[in-house]
Amino acid sequence: MPVNLFGLAKTFENRAEDIGLVQGHRLCPGCAAPIVVKFSLMVARKLGYEPVVGLATGCLEVSTTIYPYTAWTVPYIHNAFENSAATMSGVETAARALKKFGVLPKDKKYAFFVFAGDGGTYDIGLQSLSGMIERGHKVIYILYDNEGYMNTGNQRSGSTPTGSNTTTAPVGKVIPGKVQLKKNIVEIVAGHEYVYAATVSISDPNDFFSKIEKSLNFDGPSFIAAFSPCVRFWRIPDGAANSISKLAVETKYWPLYEVENGVYRVTRKPRQFKPLIEFLKPQGRFKPLLSRPDADEIVQRLQEYVDRRWERLLTLEEATKGKPIR
Amino acid sequence: MNNIDLKKARAVTGAEAVANAMRQIEPHVVAAYPITPQTPIVEYFAKFVSDGVVRTEMIPVESEHSAMSAVVGAAATGARAMTATSANGLALMHEVVYIAASSRLPIVMPVVNRALSGPINIHCDHSDAMAERDSGWVQFYAESNQEAYDLTILSLKLAEDESVRLPVMVSLDGFILSHGVEPVEFLPDEVVKEFIGEPKMIYPLLDTEHPVTYGPLDLYDYYFEHKRQQVEAMENAKKVFPKVAEEFYKVSGRKYDFVEPYKLDDAEYVMVALGSTNSTIKYVVDWMREEGFKVGALKVWMFRPFPKAQIQKYLNGRKGVVVLDRSASFGAEAPLYEAVKSALYNVAIRPQMGSYVYGLGGRDILPEHIRKAFEDALSGNLIADEQRYLGLRE
Ligand SMILES: Cc1ncc(C[n+]2csc(CCOP(=O)(O)OP(=O)(O)O)c2C)c(N)n1
Ligand code: SF4
Ligand SMILES: [Mg+2]
Repeated sequence: MPVNLFGLAKTFENRAEDIGLVQGHRLCPGCAAPIVVKFSLMVARKLGYEPVVGLATGCLEVSTTIYPYTAWTVPYIHNAFENSAATMSGVETAARALKKFGVLPKDKKYAFFVFAGDGGTYDIGLQSLSGMIERGHKVIYILYDNEGYMNTGNQRSGSTPTGSNTTTAPVGKVIPGKVQLKKNIVEIVAGHEYVYAATVSISDPNDFFSKIEKSLNFDGPSFIAAFSPCVRFWRIPDGAANSISKLAVETKYWPLYEVENGVYRVTRKPRQFKPLIEFLKPQGRFKPLLSRPDADEIVQRLQEYVDRRWERLLTLEEATKGKPIR
Repeated sequence: MNNIDLKKARAVTGAEAVANAMRQIEPHVVAAYPITPQTPIVEYFAKFVSDGVVRTEMIPVESEHSAMSAVVGAAATGARAMTATSANGLALMHEVVYIAASSRLPIVMPVVNRALSGPINIHCDHSDAMAERDSGWVQFYAESNQEAYDLTILSLKLAEDESVRLPVMVSLDGFILSHGVEPVEFLPDEVVKEFIGEPKMIYPLLDTEHPVTYGPLDLYDYYFEHKRQQVEAMENAKKVFPKVAEEFYKVSGRKYDFVEPYKLDDAEYVMVALGSTNSTIKYVVDWMREEGFKVGALKVWMFRPFPKAQIQKYLNGRKGVVVLDRSASFGAEAPLYEAVKSALYNVAIRPQMGSYVYGLGGRDILPEHIRKAFEDALSGNLIADEQRYLGLRE
C-alpha cells in the first residue's frame, strides 16, 4: 500500500517530534514551507529511513535554527546559500565512505534531503544543484518555491512569475513588475537525464507523498519542486496557503507532473480548469498589476501562456511514453 | 632544512609528494577541482582511487566552491575530508573557507601557491594564501617537497586535536615545488597510519541517535562568543603544535617548529621569509658568511597562528631585520613584514627593519637580489616605513 494521508496521520499522531521539524520555529504562521518539510520527512520516516537534511540559506533556515535553539530533531546542516547541493553531496559521499571503511553499519538506511528556496535553486545555487545531479548523488533535493527572495524581503528571483510585485522589480508607472517568464526549473533538471524530477503541491498530499516515495526508491538523484505559498509577501491571509496552492493546480499555473529518466507523466489532470485570473486575484502581490489599465491584456497573455504550456506538457507525455532515456 | 638520507629518498615533484601524503592519510572523502599548478595533486590522487590503492570516495565537483562545500559536509559527518587548490580556486572557495573554520572542522588543504588574477597568471606568489590569512585556518608554508609532504601529515594531527579542531592550509610554492623534482623520504604507510590514528568523531552529523544542528543562525547574542572560541582554538594550536612536532620527530627524525633559525647564533642581520625562497636565502647566507658577514635567516613555517614569541626571541637585539614578502597588501605593509614588525614592537632592543616585496606573478628571485637586500641592511640603509622591491623594473 502506498503511503497516504490517513496512514501518516495515524503514525505520527501524538508523535510530532518524530517527524523531524517541531513547533517553536519562527516561520510566519501559515507559511507553506514547514508543511513541505513535514510531508517529505514523514514519508521517509514511515518507510524506515533516517532523514538527514541540508538547508540553503533562506526563510526556512533562518527561522528554524536561531542559536541556541533548533527546531530540527533530525541531523541538520546548513552551510551557505548557494551550496546546499554540494554540501549534501559531501554528506552523502561521506556516508558511503564511512560504510565502506566499516565505521558505519552497511545496512543503515539514510535519506538525504536538501531543502532550498527558489533563490537558492533557480539562481545562485543552480550550478551546485546541476553538479550534484550530474554526479548522481542519491539526494532528494526539495525546492520550496515561494517565487522570490523572501528572507531578504521579497526580491525578484528567476522563479518570480511575470507581473508579480517585488521590491527589485516593482510594478511602476512604466514597468509592469517582472516582465520575464518564470524559469522552467523542472525541465532544466530533467535535462540532466538520469534523474527523477516532479512537481508537488501541499493541496494534493497523496500525490506529494507518492512522489517522495518514488524519490526514495529511485536509485539516483531526485528533484521535487514544491509550490510553497508565502503568506507574508504574496499578501494572502494566514490560512490561504492551501487554497492558493489548489488554485495554482486548477488554473494550470502549477501542473502536477513527473519526469522519470526522460519520461513525462502528468499525475493530475483536472477535468475542468479555472481561469488564471482566479489564481491571481486573491493574491496581493498581483494587485498592482491588476490595477493597471492594461491589466486585462497582460492577464490574457498569461492565460495563453499557461494554456500553451499545458498543451506542451501533454504532448511531451505522449511523445515520451514508454521511451525512457535509460 | 632537515637533512634527507638520499639512499632512502625518491626523486619526486612536490605534487607527487603531497599526493602520496594524501594516499597514506587515506581520507574518507576527497573533493577537488583542477587548477594549475595544483592539478597534478588531484591527478595523482584520482589515479590512486581508480587503481584501488585507497578506499577514498572522490567527488569530482564542478567548482572549487563546491569542493570546499562538499568537504565541509563530509567533515561534519566526522569523516576525514580533503581538497587542494590554488589561486582563483582558493578565492572562489573563500566564503566556505571561512565557514569551515567557523564550524571547527579539521580539514587539511594543500594550497599550491599561485598569483591571484588579475591579470591572470599561473605562477607562484603568495597572494592566494595571504588573502585567506584571516579566515581562521592554521597556515604552514613549506620550503621543500619534503616539508610539503611532512607538513601535510603533521597538519592532520594538529587539526584533529580536540583542543584545536581547526582546518589547516599547507602552502607549497607553485611550480617551484609542485612541479620541481627533489629527493623526498617517505614514511612507511603503517607509520603514517599509526601517527594519525583513527579520527575522533565529535558531534558526527550522521549519528541519528544524537541529532545535531550544524550551521545555525547565530546573532549578536552568541556569535561574538563563538568568535572568541576560535581565537582560543588558535592559541591552543600554538600549544599543541610543539607536541605534534615532537611526535612527528620521533617517527621521522625530522624536526618542525614555528620558525627555523639558520646561522643565527651570532648573526647581526637576519632575513625573514616564507616558503621555497628560504633555500636561496640560505645559499646567500653561506656565500656572505664566507666573506665574513654576520648574516643569518629565519624561516617562518607557521604563519597562522603567528608565532610572535618565537619571532621576538630570535630577532630581539639584532642590528637589522629584512623581511621578504611574496605578496603585496595594497595600501598597507606587506603581510609578513607587517606581522614581524608588529611582533617586534615590544622587544627590548628593536632592530632596524626593511620590507622587500619580490617574486610577484612568479618573477624569479636570484641570489643577487637577496644579497642586495642584505647589503642594504649591512650599510644601515633600512627604512622601516619604506617598501622596496627585488627584481622589479622601475
Ligand atoms: C552569497 C549570498 N548572497 C546573498 C545572500 C543573502 N540572502 C540570504 S537568503 C536570500 C534569499 C533567499 O531566497 P530563497 O532561496 O528563495 O529562499 P526564501 O527566503 O525565499 O525561502 C538572500 C538573497 C546570502 N546569504 N549569501
Ligand atoms: S516570509 Fe513567506 S516564506 Fe518566509 S516565513 Fe514568512 S510566509 Fe514563509
Ligand atoms: Mg524564495
